[in-house]
Amino acid sequence: MNGYDLIVVGAGIVGASCADEAAAAGLRVAIVEPGPIGGGATACAMGHLVAMDDDPAELALARHSLHRWEEFADLAEAEFSRCGTLWVARNEAEAAGIAQRVARLEASGGEAHAVDAQALYRLEPALAPGLCGGMLVPREAVVYPPRMALHLVRRARQRGAVLYAGRAARRLGRAAVTLDDGTVLAGPTLVATGCALPELLPQLPLRPRKGHLLITDRYPGLLHHQVLELGYADSAHGHAGSSVAFNVQPRPTGQILIGSSREFDVADPSVSAPMLQRMLQRAFDFMPALRGLRAIRAWTGFRPATPDGRPYLGAVPGRADLWVAAGHEGLGVTTALGSAQLMLDLLLGRTPAIDPAPYAPARALA
Amino acid sequence: MTERYDVLVVGAGPAGLAAAQAAASHGARVGLLDAQARHGGQVWRHDVRRGAPRAARKALDALARRRVEWLPQHQIVAAGRRTLLAETPQTAVRLVFGALVLATGARELLLPFPGWTLPGVTGAGGLQALAKQGWPVAGKRVAVAGSGPLLLAAAATLRRHGAHVLGIHEQAPATAVSAFARQLWRWPARVAQAAALRATLAGVPYRFGSFVRAAHGIDALEGIDIEDAHGSRRIACDMLAVGYGLVPNVELAALLGCATDDAGTHPRVQVDRMLRTSVANIYAAGELCGVGGLAAARIEGAIAGHVAAGAIAAATDLLPARERERRFARLLARHFALDARLRALADGDTVVCRCEDVALAALDGFDDARAAKLATRCGMGACQGRVCGSALAELGRFPRGGFRPPLFPARLASLAAADLSLPDSSIPDLST
Ligand SMILES: Cc1cc2nc3c(=O)[nH]c(=O)nc-3n(C[C@H](O)[C@H](O)[C@H](O)COP(=O)(O)OP(=O)(O)OC[C@H]3O[C@@H](n4cnc5c(N)ncnc54)[C@H](O)[C@@H]3O)c2cc1C
Ligand SMILES: Cc1cc2nc3c(=O)[nH]c(=O)nc-3n(C[C@H](O)[C@H](O)[C@H](O)COP(=O)(O)OP(=O)(O)OC[C@H]3O[C@@H](n4cnc5c(N)ncnc54)[C@H](O)[C@@H]3O)c2cc1C
Repeated sequence: MNGYDLIVVGAGIVGASCADEAAAAGLRVAIVEPGPIGGGATACAMGHLVAMDDDPAELALARHSLHRWEEFADLAEAEFSRCGTLWVARNEAEAAGIAQRVARLEASGGEAHAVDAQALYRLEPALAPGLCGGMLVPREAVVYPPRMALHLVRRARQRGAVLYAGRAARRLGRAAVTLDDGTVLAGPTLVATGCALPELLPQLPLRPRKGHLLITDRYPGLLHHQVLELGYADSAHGHAGSSVAFNVQPRPTGQILIGSSREFDVADPSVSAPMLQRMLQRAFDFMPALRGLRAIRAWTGFRPATPDGRPYLGAVPGRADLWVAAGHEGLGVTTALGSAQLMLDLLLGRTPAIDPAPYAPARALA
Repeated sequence: MTERYDVLVVGAGPAGLAAAQAAASHGARVGLLDAQARHGGQVWRHDVRRGAPRAARKALDALARRRVEWLPQHQIVAAGRRTLLAETPQTAVRLVFGALVLATGARELLLPFPGWTLPGVTGAGGLQALAKQGWPVAGKRVAVAGSGPLLLAAAATLRRHGAHVLGIHEQAPATAVSAFARQLWRWPARVAQAAALRATLAGVPYRFGSFVRAAHGIDALEGIDIEDAHGSRRIACDMLAVGYGLVPNVELAALLGCATDDAGTHPRVQVDRMLRTSVANIYAAGELCGVGGLAAARIEGAIAGHVAAGAIAAATDLLPARERERRFARLLARHFALDARLRALADGDTVVCRCEDVALAALDGFDDARAAKLATRCGMGACQGRVCGSALAELGRFPRGGFRPPLFPARLASLAAADLSLPDSSIPDLST
């Protein structure tokens, strides 16, 4: 009999985290994934573990998740590198907002410091002249998301989870899932299919938001921190049809990962030359030395975006034994671990570590 | 900077040269580009000591009389609809075309075996090219190994440049090679070619059913283990030039959306009789349509050049000649098929992906290039799986994964300069 305590549909970083958390709690877990583990948005992501302070709910989830990430700081598979985050101000107006952002991050339990222009160039000498200082968040890190997802699935399997590899969920029944080969799995179901959510749960609105990234050859020593423009949040949380922001990351290999772009209403996954062009021009504005580096690959990914930017975490309204953890948009790597813990708290009736109300899927149907 | 051409030809090997010449003969404005500084491609590569072969010089002379603009050191790094982005040593250029002929040729197939990453071990065509460019091989003890007639060409070049060629180790069994030789009379030019090579190589042992099992050395190559019907033996050498045939360079075509034929181990560009790819106004000629050799490449180049310029009749006249050469290619492929033992030479510790230092054992349990890449970085480096992806496909692990721009490592400034989206009105149209 294919009966489980929890069937996790989708093994991106979110599903993998939920499966790991559930298996650790002693549940008999099934995982359903048609492609490579972590092969969806998770494989396209920058892997920056970052707290954004502009939405208190998102900040709480991120903070909680960042604590949980510390468990993996020494894990080879995570490729965890504590480069810290350096936010840069283009002008006095952006610099003026720094004190408040520092205060909000510290209030949430994080560490952050304002840095003046002089200190900024000491931290990142390659930055363009004329910037007005910034904010350093020293304990933030970068990871390699797909290997991390693979690690979590392996760990869940070591604790008894069963992986239905190469299989997709086709239909959600009453405490049952029908797979594309006709197999029926019985048990409470957690849908973590990222951008594919509408295929199984069309009542929860979700839009793919395309992003471009580009990786260079190896240039060790050129960049030390994940560096973003303070205007990034406007790009990330704004609703413009398309936007770009300066966002660069030093990989542990010495390579530099360059982002980021955001586009709604584009289904074509191919790299768009005009978008790449805009994104790179933006990056050159902040770091002219990037111009001469060699790119070895550009790619795209789709962020699962809900209308209010917060993930759906919780019970699917009106459906018994059906749960959802999806819609993490551009922060799902960061917030996967906290999301998984919250889901298990709710599933098992434990007192949730953070307030679940802002993420309740019911809000979408209200 | 933007340049516009009626017909743009990518690759200036024999196929590309013929295509440019044919297209220009109908009055089209033709651009011919190559990543290299000189025309010639692989087989007609300029030799610092000996210049270009006579056939190549004749092709170039013919070209000089036509309206062909030569664009050396133009590496195509990205592509849009009817637009290519070329990087030169100084800058980036946008090239707009009415019709495009792809003649990007083939690269060598390198198979991993213990020791293959030691300095001193190169591809057979690779060492041949290095020698032509002036790399010193004089007095070096060189073993040549792998498969196909290319080994003879490589050995001949090396010998002319003063190398002491210890032997040529052809993996195909003697029976297969002599069956091949018995058919050769149908292609008299080949007989002459083979005779000339044999003369150059007089005294060099040509062994069949013989392959390199392993290479040894501390910091550089010192010797190799050769295996044949009599068992395995160690020979000392300074260099090993080993190549197992060719793999079509389909990456640019794939980036342009041209369909590939993936039925074989390595993809090739799908073309119809008139060398049209699946994308309107894009044609392909030469090795990228399936390895066919020099003569096929020249004929196909001419066909594609004529068709691209709208001259269907001139192209049609060449179809029988093309069929003859493609028959030769099929004969070659059949008789020089790779021995299954070659696919088992690498052990778990043998590095497969040189860019990212991934050993074969790390790939156990993966049956998909993308999954393996995501977990191990195999194929993620500067060559983007051109070497390891093709080798793993040959080893029967999994087919090579998909392509993304840039085609070759490219300066960020070049990619940022490129607006590859063009209004349709700015595109010359030659389609018939
Ligand atoms: C360009 C880009 C950069 C990013 N950078 C960052 C960053 O720096 N930091 C950060 O925190 N986040 C980042 N993100 C966001 C992050 O990648 C996502 O939020 C996160 O990966 C979402 O994970 P997921 O598991 O929900 O989705 P996915 O990883 O997409 O996983 C969903 C899985 O469900 C599977 N699936 C789909 N349909 C079915 C079905 N019917 N049955 C079974 N399985 C199914 C899919 O195959 C897939 O594996 C970035 C995203 C992009 C696109
Ligand atoms: C290493 C090697 C050695 C060889 N030696 C011999 C030999 O000695 N004798 C023999 O008969 N045959 C040899 N061949 C076989 C030879 O490839 C073909 O028989 C013949 O040259 C086919 O012509 P072609 O024009 O199709 O390809 P090629 O001659 O290979 O020409 C293709 C050209 O396209 C260029 N190119 C490819 N992609 C791009 C891009 N994206 N942007 C810009 N330029 C690009 C390349 O630089 C190259 O110059 C060799 C092949 C290889 C790979």
